[in-house]
Amino acid sequence: MTTKQLELKGNQIRQDIIKMLLAAGSGHSAGPLGMADIFTALYFEILNVDPKKPTWPDRDRLVLSAGHICPVLYAALAHRGYFPVEELMTLRQFGTRLHGHPHNLELPGIENSSGPLGQGLSQAVGMALAARLDQKRWRTYAVLSDGEHDEGQTWEAVMFAGKNQLHNLTAVIDRNNIQIDGFTETIMPLEPIADKYRSFNWHVLEIDGHNFEDIIAAFRHAKAVFEKPTVIIAHTIPGKGVDFMENDWHWHGKPPKPDEATKALKELRTLRGKITSEHE
Amino acid sequence: MKYLVPLNHDNFEEVPPRDGFGQGLVELGQKNPDVVALCGDLVESTRVLAFAEAFPERYFEMGVAEQNMAGVAAGLALAGKIPFISSYAVFSPGRNWDQIRVSICYSQANVKIVGAHAGISVGPDGATHQALEDVAITRVLPNLIVVVPTDSVEAKKATIAIAGYKGPAYIRFGREKTPVITKADTPFELGKALTLTNGSDVTIIANGQMVYRAMMAAEELAGKVSVRVINMHTVKPIDARAIIDAAKETGAIVTAEEHQITGGLGGAVAEVLADHQPTPMERVAILDTFGESGPPEVLMDHYHLGVADIVHAIERVIRRKNAG
Repeated sequence: MTTKQLELKGNQIRQDIIKMLLAAGSGHSAGPLGMADIFTALYFEILNVDPKKPTWPDRDRLVLSAGHICPVLYAALAHRGYFPVEELMTLRQFGTRLHGHPHNLELPGIENSSGPLGQGLSQAVGMALAARLDQKRWRTYAVLSDGEHDEGQTWEAVMFAGKNQLHNLTAVIDRNNIQIDGFTETIMPLEPIADKYRSFNWHVLEIDGHNFEDIIAAFRHAKAVFEKPTVIIAHTIPGKGVDFMENDWHWHGKPPKPDEATKALKELRTLRGKITSEHE
Repeated sequence: MKYLVPLNHDNFEEVPPRDGFGQGLVELGQKNPDVVALCGDLVESTRVLAFAEAFPERYFEMGVAEQNMAGVAAGLALAGKIPFISSYAVFSPGRNWDQIRVSICYSQANVKIVGAHAGISVGPDGATHQALEDVAITRVLPNLIVVVPTDSVEAKKATIAIAGYKGPAYIRFGREKTPVITKADTPFELGKALTLTNGSDVTIIANGQMVYRAMMAAEELAGKVSVRVINMHTVKPIDARAIIDAAKETGAIVTAEEHQITGGLGGAVAEVLADHQPTPMERVAILDTFGESGPPEVLMDHYHLGVADIVHAIERVIRRKNAG
């Protein structure tokens, strides 16, 4: 895909996130919007997957550790063709396959269950170990939030992956600087997070998480690194694309109300008034 | 099926059940290349060492990090491996319960959790290291089976059996040498209780090293009370049929386990009886308290897990049965 096509796909995914959250009446807004570009790049450019064969043994694995941002994962999977886009509107409703936090056994394309923070990197490490044992070339990608670095388990996994030089593992940190109760550096300072990873024998890249050239270059770079796992610290804007949500930690854990959703969708459709949408 | 073991236990060999686990794990490693082992810095005392030496590429030293160990095992399992994770039961499933709940059980990851040094008989290490709650916290988790083998021979069979079972499993055993009361050809089937001695007045349902003590109690009462002894090695799924039959046929039940009195084997048996066949019942277990340091045998007696405690429980339950 061209950068322009990826940007458009990311924009569609953001619109679906708003619609899903509105329909659900609960859920997280800021994280999914902030990670829309990275998930778009992963599912449309990076991951070696086949939506028609979701359990193909040699597929790349994407492990979402910060389960609460699953609306962006669901939307990316649907747009990639794993299941109908219409099903996105069942998010969090009774009988859905799109649970409030992801479950590996129901929806095609979901590799793991997560929600309680700090568990995903360990799961990804296990998958990467299995690939190495079997001498397979598939790669494992773990998507972490910055806030879940408060959890000790995250660092247990960081230590273990560094010790074992898991170069077939790439972690992405959604460095959006917010968590439920406020800014990460107020709640529990994480900096210097890059140095922390380096000291545990990881290769560290830092990128603008909304620049597709940057995102794709970083993932390709990670594939070329030997003897170390790579962490991509992606600086993202929570609520990205919706003016009144951006950088406001109050939007971490709540959905838009109907009037707010209308405003948000209009802003996304018109790229903040830069273009005229047929809806308007 | 009734399998009767004669009560001639004078010359039982004494072996730690963990030895049977270690042997079973090596045998599995030889047969199945997908079996891998993870251990949290306790490779010798959990008896994973032989596997680690035989299959170094399939052994992972996790350090003292039980939460990560459970998660890494889940990832390995989701990619097709059969991981055994080993530590002391207080740490795994104790410390990493949330990881076991979500990464393993909710995901139906095919992980085998091995809790060593369970029970008060851990002895000198004291209360922090004596797992007395592990059966309760595992038994409540959906998709997880719970096995408490009685001796080293059964521990080996159970290890091999849980590897053949597709899904999460927990197996626990103590630290000390215990009498080997089963033989290589003694039947073992997950979820199927083993009747060791038949009897008509009362049934003792026990597991772990309490099975041997139950047999001693039955012998002590021989000629006065006809005691049935059931080895309930699988706490979940529990053999409800064996419990209901015993309740109907003997009219009185005693449970015996090296675990807290709430939530363990006694709780599981009480649930079956309450649902299907209300029957007078007494529970021999740790009485809602922490342990302390001391020699295993002294602790077993002090915390009311002795043969005499089982005999007293039988006398109490028979009085209740006769009064009813």
